[in-house]
Amino acid sequence: MSLQQEIEFTLNGVPTRVRVPVDMSALDMIRSVVGLTGTKYGCGEGECGACTILLDGVSVNACLLFAVDCDGRSVTTIEGLADDPIGQKLEKAFVEAGAVQCGFCTPGMVMQSRALLAKNPNPTREEIQRGIEGNLCRCTGYVKIVDAVAAAARAKE
Amino acid sequence: MPEVIEKDTLIGKRITKLDAPEKAGGKTRYIHDLNVPGQLYGKILRSSRVHALIKKIDTSKARALPGVHAVITAADVPYQRPIGVAKDHLPLKTDRVRSLRDEIAAVAAETPEIAEAALKLIEVEYEDLPVLTDPREALKPGAPLIHPEPHGADGKPEHLKPGMPVAYAGKPDNIAMTFDYGQGDVAQGERESDVVLEHTFRLHYVTHCCMGVSGIIAEFDPSGNLLMYSNTQVPFLHKREFAEILDMDPARIRIIQPPIGGGFGSKLDIYPFEPITVFLAKATRRPVKLVFTREEEFLASPTRQPVILTLRSGCRKDGTLTFRTVETLHDNGAYTSWGATTPFVMMQTISSLYRVSHCKYHTKAVYTNNPYAGSFRGYGNLQATFAVESHMDMLAEAIGMDPLEFRLKNAQDPGEVTPQGMHFKSCGFKDCLTTAARASDYSAKRRRYQAEQARPGRFKRGIGMASMLHVGGGAKIYPSDGCGTILKMDDFGAVTLLTGASEIGQGSETVLAQLVCEELGVPLSAVRVINNDTEITPWDVGVHASRTTFIAGNSAIGAARKARAKILAAAAGVAQMAPEELDLRAGHIVEARTGKMVMSLPKLLRQLHFNDKAELVMTSFYYEPPSKHQDKQFKGDVSAAYAWATQVVEVEVDTDTGIVRLLKVTGAHDVGRVLNRLGIEGQIEGGIVMGQGYALTEELMVENGVVKNPAFRDYKLVTAPEIPEMEVHFIETMDGEGPQGAKGVGEAPAICIAAATANAICNATGVRIFELPFTPEKVYRALHAARKEAA
Ligand code: FES
Ligand code: FES
Repeated sequence: MSLQQEIEFTLNGVPTRVRVPVDMSALDMIRSVVGLTGTKYGCGEGECGACTILLDGVSVNACLLFAVDCDGRSVTTIEGLADDPIGQKLEKAFVEAGAVQCGFCTPGMVMQSRALLAKNPNPTREEIQRGIEGNLCRCTGYVKIVDAVAAAARAKE
Repeated sequence: MPEVIEKDTLIGKRITKLDAPEKAGGKTRYIHDLNVPGQLYGKILRSSRVHALIKKIDTSKARALPGVHAVITAADVPYQRPIGVAKDHLPLKTDRVRSLRDEIAAVAAETPEIAEAALKLIEVEYEDLPVLTDPREALKPGAPLIHPEPHGADGKPEHLKPGMPVAYAGKPDNIAMTFDYGQGDVAQGERESDVVLEHTFRLHYVTHCCMGVSGIIAEFDPSGNLLMYSNTQVPFLHKREFAEILDMDPARIRIIQPPIGGGFGSKLDIYPFEPITVFLAKATRRPVKLVFTREEEFLASPTRQPVILTLRSGCRKDGTLTFRTVETLHDNGAYTSWGATTPFVMMQTISSLYRVSHCKYHTKAVYTNNPYAGSFRGYGNLQATFAVESHMDMLAEAIGMDPLEFRLKNAQDPGEVTPQGMHFKSCGFKDCLTTAARASDYSAKRRRYQAEQARPGRFKRGIGMASMLHVGGGAKIYPSDGCGTILKMDDFGAVTLLTGASEIGQGSETVLAQLVCEELGVPLSAVRVINNDTEITPWDVGVHASRTTFIAGNSAIGAARKARAKILAAAAGVAQMAPEELDLRAGHIVEARTGKMVMSLPKLLRQLHFNDKAELVMTSFYYEPPSKHQDKQFKGDVSAAYAWATQVVEVEVDTDTGIVRLLKVTGAHDVGRVLNRLGIEGQIEGGIVMGQGYALTEELMVENGVVKNPAFRDYKLVTAPEIPEMEVHFIETMDGEGPQGAKGVGEAPAICIAAATANAICNATGVRIFELPFTPEKVYRALHAARKEAA
């Protein structure tokens, strides 16, 4: 049994306290300790982006992050975008642009796009393509995902 | 509501997917996200040898680990039945392993971590056997035999359930499956030819890479009924197959399909992990959940079929194709899944994409100690099209004809019945060819790039085309290719559509709802589609062969038309008009001619219901396409409609590094009719990029039976910055049998890219490459060899 540690952090705006094994990933903690399943496991090795979350506003692969490293920080998952106007614009744009097929990559794509728009509110198509480079999608061929991010960036508040 | 309601339609519009909002919000619960109270976690121990006898398995230490509820091996499941397409495969291996993915033991434990730790405590003693991993060696005398003995307990009849036959007799020659097809007389065809070419094409291993890894939850209720949460693409066929494997009554098996994280054909067969999870649930009397890791997904899920294909073909100087002879060697891997049957689709491309009087086709799938292949979007057609369309360019060049003109001369026309028996009732092939060529400026660019080949310069551009034929109206590979629908309306005008057809991300749910709206004049928001529970939904053969829009669509239309007739008959009585004078629009009954509102639909439904002769609007329909099961010679009209496409690819080749960049893909697709423009564009774009991966970046490297790159780091999927510009044109041939004229399109867009890219690279550099994928190293070596030869 591995060593446990208690951590406190803000999860989607809510103060949260959990006990986790020290070697547990943030992805496992979010999915199985906290029970939010919108963040996906696609590879566990930082290669697919399905597990993308925001850590203090910066996008990271939750599978590569230790849960204990969330201590004292602010974590946002796809569920947290329900209260975020730009996040809502993105989700709406993904739906309207047809950027969702099987949907498995979608939460990660939306989170990565959210981080991109925070850094660069008016990205070009090439900037969007580069911005989501680390997120794999097997279904869509990416065109409509790029359309969606571009549309969300254009949309008025 | 205005007094008058104009006729409106959703067909051909850009309709957003019904399930997209919950997916975009991260609310969709995939198999990985489901947990059942009391659930244990399953893990599988796989072989560490490529080919060996199992001498001893010791599970005692694993069983003793706290938190472990069961450890099972073949000895604990004495009456296993073989699974898979050829029934040559036991879920848990008995005394022999034939590939590295082979399942030896399984654990159910309180947590995945404990299960994993228990696997490490299982001790297995092996005795290595000679390894066979080159399919060309498989047929040589003295080659190691992969299935020398009968199965159904690996030659140990005492392990067989009394009264049951040995299910798999073994193969003394490593030949898993053969296909032979012929039409005309190829010798005569060859005599009539002015040019004859023969080349060997090599097609590699790739795998599906569904973003959601494989998984299942199995549980028995106290009465012994089995419930599985499974991502299968064929739930109704699997009910029966599971019943056979488990020796239980199929009526006691229920399959619920949570939303699926990608299918692409990977979930058409039963794989060992599924019965193994059921065995664990049985052994522990607890629900058991088993989910793969990504590494396991690479190692132990199916692949596309690797093929060595030799094509000999000829034509006359005037451009008439004369004959084709094809020999293929399919590497079956250690067991037989659907990959071995891909020759069935390949032969259609060889015999019928173009008019060829004389054809001969022979194929062998041979056992090796490699991973085994399953079905994968396109089903052999990527492989066949790569060879056939490469040769089309080469033949055209040999007789000095423009490749487009050469193709047009031999392309099929509507109404044609091919020697194989396929009847092309609608066929937009020539339109596809000319549209894609015109839109991409193919002929002019091809000449220009060819002229520029010899000029100095590091970067060369090239353009190439390829076309495809694929089933677009189902595929009658089983005696039935049907789909059932139950439709019911509630008191408020809402429609529930129960369909046997599963949604795997392709958007069928939305298209079915659209087709129902078209008949019943209700808004899309009034339709709910239920498609994921064998206990509730009517029978369907499964999601495969690009069939769902066509077959399930026709079925849904049938049920909706019955409901419509019933509603209009009732409304006619109330309105004192003839049913033909009425129509359904925007949730109302209107006068058909003027659109004048007669009454609201919910009101009529309530009247029907709260009435002396109380009635509900509930209908059912079963659609069976008018296609035929092919005869033993593979002749017959296997699909109710056929899809066509031409794709033109423009590339840039860096002759210093061998890097090939896809600049633009221009496609023209005969889809019958566009039902949901947004959905069909997405399908085609996704297919193009999957084809790009097949052509350029993806390769599962299997060396001596070992998968060398079981991770996305080394198995390169195409990423967002690498995609080409895409331009897609739709050829609407309005198929007479199709739902609102539509044909299937799911597989089509992935099929041509590799072939078109080969032709484009040749146009850019003058060098023809016969082997996929076109990695920088391979392209560089080919260019280098050509230069050396020239010097
Ligand atoms: S699961 Fe974290 S990057 Fe793939
Ligand atoms: S929508 Fe299926 S992986 Fe992206």
